[in-house]
Amino acid sequence: MSERVYQFVGTTPGTEPYWDAAKEGKLLLRYNKDDGQPHYYPRQICPYTLSTNLEWREAKGTGVIYTYSIMHAAKPAYVIAYVTLDEGVSMMTNIVDTPFDQIKVGQKVKVVFKDMDDGHKLPCFKVA
Amino acid sequence: MSLKGKAYIVGAWEHPTRKAPDISLMQLHAECAKGALEDAGLTSKDVDGYFCAAGDTPGLGGMSMAEYMGLRLKHYDSTDSGGSSYNLHVGHALMAIATGRCNVALVTLAGRPRSEGVQTGTAPRMGNVQQAELQFEFPYGPATANMYAMAARRHMHEFGTTSEQLAWVKVAASHHAQYNPHAMLQKVVTVEDVVNSPMVSDPLHRLDCCVISDGGGALVITKPEIAKSLKRPLVKVIGTGEANKAQWGGRNLDLTYSAGRESGQSAFEMAGVKPSDIKYASIYDSFTITVVMQLEDLGFCKKGDGGKFVSDGNLISGVGKLPFNTDGGGLCSNHPGNRGGMTKVIEAVRQARGEAHPKVQVKDHSIVLAHGTGGSLGTRHVGSTVILERE
Repeated sequence: MSERVYQFVGTTPGTEPYWDAAKEGKLLLRYNKDDGQPHYYPRQICPYTLSTNLEWREAKGTGVIYTYSIMHAAKPAYVIAYVTLDEGVSMMTNIVDTPFDQIKVGQKVKVVFKDMDDGHKLPCFKVA
Repeated sequence: MSLKGKAYIVGAWEHPTRKAPDISLMQLHAECAKGALEDAGLTSKDVDGYFCAAGDTPGLGGMSMAEYMGLRLKHYDSTDSGGSSYNLHVGHALMAIATGRCNVALVTLAGRPRSEGVQTGTAPRMGNVQQAELQFEFPYGPATANMYAMAARRHMHEFGTTSEQLAWVKVAASHHAQYNPHAMLQKVVTVEDVVNSPMVSDPLHRLDCCVISDGGGALVITKPEIAKSLKRPLVKVIGTGEANKAQWGGRNLDLTYSAGRESGQSAFEMAGVKPSDIKYASIYDSFTITVVMQLEDLGFCKKGDGGKFVSDGNLISGVGKLPFNTDGGGLCSNHPGNRGGMTKVIEAVRQARGEAHPKVQVKDHSIVLAHGTGGSLGTRHVGSTVILERE
């Protein structure tokens, strides 16, 4: 079976640290320093308050599957999911390196990084 | 100022084509406009307001399209909310007419994804990198089908909804489509047919998905004085609403409800009616789960009870309590341009007029509803609700 190719889209000004950290095996989250709350996907302006007083913090890299779907129409089939991180935000991701029959809503997962087409690395999750 | 009843839908026309390799996109729009204006008994010279969705109209917004059709406008609106755009345009036209900005509003939709070989449901769509979420979503392979499948999975998890219950939505649509000679899928199917069809994106099967078709449609909306001078049955716009739904900033993600919750409430409040007053409903049916969630959000049943509500033929005209999509809907008839809101409004107008196919025409068609969801239940979308009254 052919390997799935993860296509890097590019960065926008301010998102480089996220992708640089992923190359180092770290998942970063964007936090509002005014109230200490994270958001996802990372922005340069907080989507809850429009504050620009933000910082990056490393996430623990663990969470639970909120929902998922196995895309059988694709070859190879892949598993798209939302994972709710322990920090409280949910992110779109793929569940990888896990037999399909072990994937359940509520399942604990941990981050793994997959090679993208251009040398970047993509945060994905596997069953913990 | 209440907008209730300040405009009427006097023209509604659906293009009969389902595959149009030899008709240009702009010609399709124009043919729909001609059909709806002839239905109303008006001409393009009468049109002073034009509404289209920027995304299915070539050129800058609707400028090229307006020129192609020779329109001279006092009011212009190319708001795009995906497949719900046309439901939303009814509300915008109502506002424009009620405030005197225009007298005769034309709304058009057209599209040819089938002729162009678009992999509508299963291929992730690349946008512009400036769309800030794209770099955080596209690499994971979000396609239309798996986004709706994730909403379905969560609904099943929280409420015990089953694939068999979702299948009833398709079964009901197929019962209606058998009477529509233009429908792409005219064969009546069973729950077993649906759950045994190939899995596209778990838990959605092929028959949980709408068709991919070319085509289009158009509406003509006008003020009461003009509507009453025409020869068509009077279909009054009594309620409209729109709302967006998104992941917001990722906290408290909830994929079990749609923007219909808010757009429906606005429309029902304006109309001064309740869900139990609605005798026919056009409900956007990109997928079977879409219908279940929207019926809950619009208040036809409690949140989580949608699976039970649609079961056992409850959506079949002449059988169930809430006949829906009596043209066969997107699930069986067509989904022109991957945008199903226009045909939802058109079939609601047919029902309100009493001009639906006799086999599916509801007896009491005094108050009908058309609801659309544009975008994706799995990421971000806009819902729009229209309530119509036969005068």
